[in-house]
This record gives sequence, structure tokens and C-alpha cells, in this order.
Amino acid sequence: MSAAGGRAASAPLMGGESEPTLFELSQPGRSSWQLRTTGMPEWDVDELVPASHRRVAPVPLAEVSERDLVGHFTRLSHRQFSVDLGAYPLGSCTMKYNPKLCDTVAALPGLAAVHPGAPASLTQGWLQILVELEEALCEVTGMAAATLQPAAGAAGELTGLLLMRAYHSARGESRHRVIIPDSAHGTNPASVTLGGYETVTVPSAARGCVDLAALRSVLDTDVAGIMLTNPNTLGLFEEDIEAIAAAIHEVGGLLYYDGANLNAILGVVRPGDMGFDIVHMNLHKTFATPHGGGGPGAGPVAVSPRLVDFLPGPRPVRSAPGAADEFGYMTPPHSIGRIHSWHGNALVLARALAYMQVHGGDGLRRVAERAVLNANWIRRRLAGSYDVPFDRPCMHEVVLSAATLRKKFGTKALDVAKRLLEFGFHSPTVYFPLIVDEALMIEPTETESLQTLEALAEALETIAAEAAAGEPLDEAPHSTPVRRVDEARAARTLVPTFDAR
Amino acid sequence: MPDYLPHTEDELAQMLAFLGLSSLDELFAAVPEALRLGRGLALADGSPEPDVLARMEALGDANRARADRLVCFAGGGAYDHEVPPVVRALAGRSEFVTSYTPYQPEVAQGVLQAIFEFQTMVARLAGLPVANASLYDGASALVEGVNLGVAASGRHTVWLSSGVAPHWRAVLKTFAAGTGHVVVDAALHRGLTVWPEVPADGEAPGVLVVGYPNYLGCLEDLAAARQICDATGALLVVAADPVAAALLRSPGECGADVVVGEGQPLGTALSFGGPYLGLFAVAERHVRRLPGRLVGETVDIEGTRAYVTTLRAREQDIRREKATSNVCTNQTLMAVYAAVQLGWLGTSGLREVALRCARGTRFCRESMLALSGIEPLTADTPTLREFAVRTPIPGRVAIERLADEGYLGGLALADLIGEDGDPSVAPGDAVHGLLVAVTERRTRSEVEGFVRTLDKVVR
Repeated sequence: MSAAGGRAASAPLMGGESEPTLFELSQPGRSSWQLRTTGMPEWDVDELVPASHRRVAPVPLAEVSERDLVGHFTRLSHRQFSVDLGAYPLGSCTMKYNPKLCDTVAALPGLAAVHPGAPASLTQGWLQILVELEEALCEVTGMAAATLQPAAGAAGELTGLLLMRAYHSARGESRHRVIIPDSAHGTNPASVTLGGYETVTVPSAARGCVDLAALRSVLDTDVAGIMLTNPNTLGLFEEDIEAIAAAIHEVGGLLYYDGANLNAILGVVRPGDMGFDIVHMNLHKTFATPHGGGGPGAGPVAVSPRLVDFLPGPRPVRSAPGAADEFGYMTPPHSIGRIHSWHGNALVLARALAYMQVHGGDGLRRVAERAVLNANWIRRRLAGSYDVPFDRPCMHEVVLSAATLRKKFGTKALDVAKRLLEFGFHSPTVYFPLIVDEALMIEPTETESLQTLEALAEALETIAAEAAAGEPLDEAPHSTPVRRVDEARAARTLVPTFDAR
Repeated sequence: MPDYLPHTEDELAQMLAFLGLSSLDELFAAVPEALRLGRGLALADGSPEPDVLARMEALGDANRARADRLVCFAGGGAYDHEVPPVVRALAGRSEFVTSYTPYQPEVAQGVLQAIFEFQTMVARLAGLPVANASLYDGASALVEGVNLGVAASGRHTVWLSSGVAPHWRAVLKTFAAGTGHVVVDAALHRGLTVWPEVPADGEAPGVLVVGYPNYLGCLEDLAAARQICDATGALLVVAADPVAAALLRSPGECGADVVVGEGQPLGTALSFGGPYLGLFAVAERHVRRLPGRLVGETVDIEGTRAYVTTLRAREQDIRREKATSNVCTNQTLMAVYAAVQLGWLGTSGLREVALRCARGTRFCRESMLALSGIEPLTADTPTLREFAVRTPIPGRVAIERLADEGYLGGLALADLIGEDGDPSVAPGDAVHGLLVAVTERRTRSEVEGFVRTLDKVVR
């Protein structure tokens, strides 16, 4: 048996000291900048900026040598877990391996050095990339057209809700409510509010899917639509999706697909074929553009034919097929308007296209199969050590629970998550979805090997055994750069900057 | 079949057997048969990495507007500043690139501390005590700033200076469809904002928004805007440029309640417009309404200094439909780029960049205005990195001709505000207007060549 490639326990971390801030490393008079020789006239600042506007003293920043700058940020990077270091089974976030190819693509001068305000005639390559990506995303989701402007999933959600609003308004209708299952991501209800709608929450039934009867009981012509994640946040496919779609459409509502979990169904089933009208995708999840420590992401929104005219503009399009300048921009006739400063997170979009081109249609289907296979393997393997609240085949992720561990031994999901760090793995998502007690949401992703899954499972089994043996897991972790942090103090005595110390 | 999947055929069989399944298809038993795709995705077959890279390189070559091929005088919110190798090397480290939101602070101190340092530097630039971990871009920072202002003032009328970047204004109006804010455009006269009279009856503004400098490069009178805020109880949102901030009195000092900005000039490549990052800073009294992530310093259980995301009770995963912002992830990696870039520049370097921009801009503007037929579009206020002129030919035509001669000669105003103009610029000026930016990367000989060429192409 070979060793686990996704286990980070061998990562060496030197010493136990804190890294000073850049400001503490500063020495007045030191510098590292070097700028081009320009030969410009050397006017003084008082010849350039009138006194009424002029700053008296420079903005104080750190003053460090390039060598110290490099040392500082390199050491900070060593205090950071990442996908490249080890498995990151953070449920709902799809922390799969991010191919290095895509980093190289994003750094190409032909892409990275292009000004976004240049006319279409000077940016044909970029427009082709965006159009090809839009076409590929529409094929994957079964939709008619897409906007690539939303910078993240939540931005996509709000865009989708504004599309919903524009659609109903154009039909002379004013609807006020949007339905969300109680298992939904927290961004869903927040987006509903910012979209000018009220949230109606519907409960999940015992099997973990939307309670169809409860849904029907809140449906009327005041419902603008429903936001669904499918598979849902429990990792379960909404088996009644056809009935749900029919019921929503019957009252004139629209179906919004939260694409957070699209990875599970690539090439298997498409939101458009399920009856969805609006789909957002998280390219940083499904198409492996890296998560960047918390962004940048990209949250394109694809729509069915009846919503195409409302999409944000300007849209990159094939305006003159076959001509020298084949690609241009078009603003849809009833566009909701612009939602990004420029064209969206373009370099993220280029990464996603490169990822899709490496995989091709078949490859994307294999991605979904392996992701679902890995999650089910974990579910089956850990069913003896943890509660499995919905113990039936899952999709790309599985929600376990530490409820029994907590009841019998006082070990919480949080303790399990913190202890797991010491085994060389990132923690799962904990306490989400809200409808599961002591939830541990595990999404292994397709890029982790069987050996890594085994090592992860062994670690979780060991932790469960330690809990049973009465070990003080609430003290974990010990071996990380810092131990459990005082979050209450951070909120009570806010220190958001070095100057607030 | 190239991909990144580790499973061997033996392992697939072994795993399926463990699950009691005989095929991968059975994994999807929960998906109703009628809904399944029943065919392969109609995408091209997978290609090996070298083929994909070659194709992407070819597409990159099809972009003529490359700052490494055309001398870049385009701005409008995206600038060709120096980003040195050390910034790319550090911020591009895979620990920063391939991690996620620091939910487990014990193993995320690297990103958390980098954000803490970023917040500190943004707050100092803004002249306000608190900055967040970034938003998506300048436009989204503006939208969130206005949402904060409306919530804090309790009034939904927004007075929006037309000197704010046109695309940002457009984005604000898009999102106002959901929030119900009433946006009132304040026109410019010769490049400077003319605020409406405060109505004796009717709703006073809850928020004033002004650019500093504004998108035409002019320095607005922040004191005048502040006076209106003091008289009406409105909040002052200043859309500030982080480079010009090195020479200008800070917006905080001038009375801004909220400072928003586009952080691209701080270490992020032009990138065809994204990913960039929105800068966001607030006065202390508004911190509980701050959108997005915020990192705070604290200690761990042994008393060791540590960083953690804080004031989480504001965030939408806890407040859900009561949240005032839906922003979840932000642009952390770009914030790391900005932190490293500002660390590299330091106190003297940031000032030097701003000074060189101002020198080059003055030199370029004076040289252009010396040409016959080139007229200023604004009053003769000092401009620090960007200015607007009127040319004898349409701006769009000028851009195309200049590109043939090796220059990305700015942005055509018509591309930003349409040919009919808007409250910032009159119609004829919109067609003939050119917005020109000069960063510290432009040399005297480049500017001289650009001005000579412009003189040639507008005849």
C-alpha cells in the first residue's frame, strides 16, 4: 500500500514564535523600491498639488529591505494551510487541486497585460476566450446564455435575483417573496433581501430534501421564485426536482439554481434539464480556479431563453462571424445593467476555460463520478464512528455528525475539526448546514487518492476513539502555529489594524 | 485522457465493491432517469496541457492592446503601474493562492496576518481607523458604501457626483433596483461637481458620493460636500484613488465617513479588468455595519499573538436575511498582492510613484494642449494621473489610429459614457473626448512620441 499524498503531517514548521508585522520590521530610511528612469521634468510636489489639497506628511508605510520583505511573506506563507500542502475536505467549498497550467495561463502577458477599456478591435483574443467560456458553461448547465460579470457566487446570486425582478416587472407583475429551503447557504437569504424580496423558508423533510407539501402550502402568485442548491447542502440530490419545478412554474415563479455543488453533476444531469431558469456557477469550486485565501472567485450566471434579454451588459458576443474582428460587445435590450467595473474576474475566467479544455466533456463527467465516489467511500467508511444523519448514497459531499460523541463523551464537532489539523488535514466545514446537530461536512473532491481518503478516515476514527477514551480534545490543536484563538476578545476589543493596538 | 484524477482502474473497482456497486453510473441512482443527460457533453475532447497552453498563447497574441506591446496611456480605473518580480513571486506563492477563507485560524495565520497588514495600510491611506479585507472591485465597494450610508442615515436618497467613474455609477444603479435607493445624479461643470440645492421639502440626501480625484482627473472640493452632509445628516462616501492619496490630504481628514476605492493600482496587473479588489474603510462609529470580512488581532489560549476574522455576527451566514451585505468571499489574494506591493514601496516609494505620475501627467497634458486642435475638457485644475481632452476627431477613431502607431492612447470617453454623454460631459465632448493616463512607468521619450503621433493622427 502506498502512502497518502494528501497528508501534510510532515510539513516542517520552524520554531514556535510569532512573525512580527511588517511595521515592526520597519527601519526608518530603509527601502526596496526601484522604478524606471523616466527623464521627466522634476517638478516639486508644491508645483503639482495646491496647498489646500496637499498632504503634509507622507502616508506612513513600512520601510523594509527587499530581503526582509521576502523573508516576511515567505514565513507567513509557511503559517498557512493550502490545497497544495494537503487534503482540504472543507464541505461546500470544493477544495480540489488547482492545476499549475492555469497559473501559467493567467500569467501570460497576452492576457494579464491587457487593458480592459481597450476597444473590441484590440482585444479579440480576450473576447474569444470569454465567448468560448460562456458557450461551454451553457452546455454544461443546459442554459441559453450567460453573463460572466459576477465576481463571486454571492454576486451571482444577487444578479440572478435582479434578473428575476426584471423578468416579472417586464410582465407587469410585482411579486414579493422568494422561497429558500432551511438547508440553504447563508448568502441566499442575504441576497434575497438585497434583491428587494422577502425570504420564505421552507423546511426539509425527514429524508433531507425539500418538503414538497410544505413548499406547495406557501406557493401563490406573490412568489417570484425559489433558490435551490441541487445537490443540496446535505449532499443529497433533490429527488422531487421535477415536481418542485412544475409547482413553481405553475404559479409563474422562476427557479434559481445555486451552483455551489455543480461539481457533483457535471455531464450527468443539467440544471436546465431539471427546469431551472437561472443558474450561478462558482468557477473557483467546480472549475478549479484557486480560492486565493478567500477570493478571487468568479460567479457567472446562465439563464434560460426567456431571460436572455435581461442579462447584464455589455456582453462579449460573436458579432461578425468570419470577419477579421469577429468578436464584439452587445447590451441586451432589457438589460438589468452593469454589475462589475469591467468584464468580471477575467483571469479567473481564462483559468476556468483552460481547465475545461484539458478535461473536455468526458473528463468533466469523470470529475463528477470520482467526486461522488470519494464522498460515498468516506460516508460508508465512517458510518461506524460518526452519526450519518441521512444515511443513503450522497453526491459529492457527506454530512456527518458528532452528536453522539458530544452526548456520550462531550466531544463537539469543533473539537473533532481542531484535532484533525494535527493529523495533517484541513478541517471539514462544521455546524453547517444548520439543520444538522454538530455537523461535520466533508467534501473530499475527486483529486484526492484512495490512500489519502484512508488516511483521512483513519485520523477521524482515531479522534472518535480518543473521545471515547476521555482524552481532552477540547485542548486541540497543540502543534499548529497558534492554538485555539480567543475570538470573543477579538470582537470585544477590536484591533483591526496595527495602529489600534 | 489527460486529467488530474488519481484513481487507478483497480482502485475504482475496489471502491465500488466497498460501496456494493457495480458501476460508476449507479452512484447517480438518485437522479431521475428522465432528467439525465443521456449523451456526452457537447464540448471538444480533452487536450493535453501543452496544447491548451499553446492555444491560450495564441489567443493572447490576438490581443493587440497589450501593455507590453502598445505604450499604455489608458486608465479609467485600471492603470499600468510597476509590479516588480518580488511582488509576483511572494503573492503568487501557492500557500496564498490555494487556500480558502481562514475558517480555521490555527492553520491560517499567514493569510490572516497579511490581511491585517493590508487593512492597516488601507486605513492609513484612507485616513480612517478601520478597513476591511477587500471587496470585489471599486464598483462593488461603492455599492456597499452606499448601502452602509443608507442604513446609517436611515434615508435612501443618494446624491451621486457624476465625477465618480462611469462604470461604478452604472453598477450602483443596477443594484439600486433591488435596494430601492433613489439615486440623484449631480452634474459636473468643467469637471467639478455642482451639488443640487437641499430641498426645503422632499427628502434630504442620506448619502453623498464624490470621487477624489474624480474620473476626469479633477480634484473635487471635499469640504463643500462635507458641509452638505453636516447640514443634512448625510454620510459622505469618497471614492478615492489609492495612489493619488500619497500626495493628497486623506479623505478621512476631509471628513469622509466611508472611503471606497479600486485597489488595482496597488500591485495587480491590468488583467483585462479582473480580478481587482475593492478598498473599503470606515469611521469607527460605522464599524458594526462594515461589509465583508474583517481580521482582528487577538491571542490564543497560551497568550500568543494571533489573528482571526472578527465581528462575524455581521456576516450573512449568521444573520441570513437580516444581513445588510451578501458578500461572502472577497478578493483576498489581490489584498495580499496589495500588501506586498505597499511593503515593497514603503513610505518613500508610494510617494515617489504618485509624484512621478503627477509629473508625467503634467508634462503630457501641457505638451498635448500645446498642439493646435487639442482642447481641455475640464477647468484648469491640477491633475495627478489622468486628464481629459477634446480632439478634432472622434475619440474612438483616435484610439484606433494611435494603436496602429504603437500606442494605447487612452480611453475614448464615448466608450465609457456613450456617444450622447451623461451629466459629467456634454454630448459633443463625449464623442471627441479622450481620457489620458500617465503612470510612473511612462518615460519622457514615450510621452513625446505619443504627443507627436497624436498630432499626426488627428489631422
